[in-house]
Amino acid sequence: MTDFVAEPLQFAFMQRALLGGILVGTICAVIGTYVVLRGLAFIGDALAHAAFPGVVIAYMLKANIYLGAAIFTLATAIGIGFIARRARTSYDTTIGILFAGAFALGILLMSTIQGYTADLFSFLFGNILGIATEDLAVVGVLAAIVVLVVAFCYKELLILSFDPIVAEAMGYPVQLLNYLLLSLMALTIVVSIQAVGVVLVVALLVTPSATARLLTERFIRMMALGVALSVLAIVVGLYLSFYLNVASGAAVVLVSTSLFFVTLGSRRLRRHPAPPL
Amino acid sequence: MPHRETRWKYCLEVSDLAAGYDASPAIRDVSFSIPPGHMVGVIGPNGAGKTTLFKAILGLIPLQAGRVLLHEAAADTQRPLMGYVPQVDDLDRGFPVSVRDVVMMGRYPRIGWVRRPRAEDARVVRQALEQVDLADQAHRQIGKLSGGQLQRVLLARVLAQDPHLLLLDEPVSGVDTTTQHAVFTVLESLRDAGKTVVVATHDLNCVIERFDQVLCLNRRLVAYGPPAEVFREEILEATYGSHLMVVKIGERRVVVADEHRHRRT
Repeated sequence: MTDFVAEPLQFAFMQRALLGGILVGTICAVIGTYVVLRGLAFIGDALAHAAFPGVVIAYMLKANIYLGAAIFTLATAIGIGFIARRARTSYDTTIGILFAGAFALGILLMSTIQGYTADLFSFLFGNILGIATEDLAVVGVLAAIVVLVVAFCYKELLILSFDPIVAEAMGYPVQLLNYLLLSLMALTIVVSIQAVGVVLVVALLVTPSATARLLTERFIRMMALGVALSVLAIVVGLYLSFYLNVASGAAVVLVSTSLFFVTLGSRRLRRHPAPPL
Repeated sequence: MPHRETRWKYCLEVSDLAAGYDASPAIRDVSFSIPPGHMVGVIGPNGAGKTTLFKAILGLIPLQAGRVLLHEAAADTQRPLMGYVPQVDDLDRGFPVSVRDVVMMGRYPRIGWVRRPRAEDARVVRQALEQVDLADQAHRQIGKLSGGQLQRVLLARVLAQDPHLLLLDEPVSGVDTTTQHAVFTVLESLRDAGKTVVVATHDLNCVIERFDQVLCLNRRLVAYGPPAEVFREEILEATYGSHLMVVKIGERRVVVADEHRHRRT
């Protein structure tokens, strides 16, 4: 058993993957708490897909892919609000138009690249085992920013999420706080793309937090449990990926999904216990 | 009625107010002033603009005309001095917060950004919960409460906020009589302590008995004054657009709907 756990850790790439995974899992669950409670899953998925053309363009220009992803994600976040107002379409329609369009642009650009595009495929579906030391530094800094902002604005983000009208009536700059939360979400997505890919990021944003919500009635515990469940899914997923030689992003997401259904099932059992024999 | 001396003649002054989201204002021509230490009932049919009036006072929706003054200065610059209690149905009951967490939110503007609640804040929250008789429910998740209890949680939150002006949107609609009585006991003690309390309500008979002033609203100001002056059939008809009768029973006045004409509308 000890060997089973220790053996993969001899490899530097597994050490990097574990550290990167724990960082990504932590901030995904921290921000995921707000995503789940405020119903932002669709916009999260959209922002992740919108990052893809940024990744492809950065790859073509040999620029930093995190920078490319961040520019496209933030531009989409702002664009959604702008276009919804201008075109008088509903938010989810606008999100649908923008994210499909941006994602198609990414695919189109990718198809123009001659030769081998395996690197880009790893941004679609994630390849945390390929995370480089300099990526780890970027992930670490961005993760620290997200956690610090949430810690400093804990009260404000809580009242914004629970009762935005009263928050505004109390004098809080609600629009600004909404943009802050959206930016934190965009940053989290950008950081997570390497780990699980644009297609699966939304799973890390919502599944651990939704599982945590089943287990507690308190906000701060939901966040803490979400982090624990998220990190657990990432570590277990990584080992599965190592031993079974399966895609790491998909393995992590499936472990997380399994944890959700196990929790849901055991809760139902507890609520409706089997009749005594 | 006994109330503390204050520096201002009026707590709230609204003049020529028009407000709404689009070109045609939802409410217009609204002017009234409320001295400190008064309790005012806002009545009117559904869609009369009661919530719009509150949101305009708080500066949550754009004013298309007129102005709102709180203690002789623009109200929307002094939001922490105003406490708003929204309709209880607007809350997300599944949100993972306890009764105590929600009441503590009333302290947030005083605690300030970044800082954490201190012992003083915890004391105020405890006291507010005792005032609404919910001290024993402090650690329950809000979704586990009855509608009346949840209403009292929101009242406790605004008590913890300790504002000068309180705006309550239908705090006694669809709640049990115990809660209704508890809400008014608390509101009257606030009024007697010099606070200004404005309550939107459908319960006209309650307004007659408990309020100092009545504001009749139907997309514009129909009437504003003491209940004895305002509760006249022509004013109620102009407010509600249907026939209501004021019946005197001894010293009491009671509003009843004229069933025949009511059904037709």
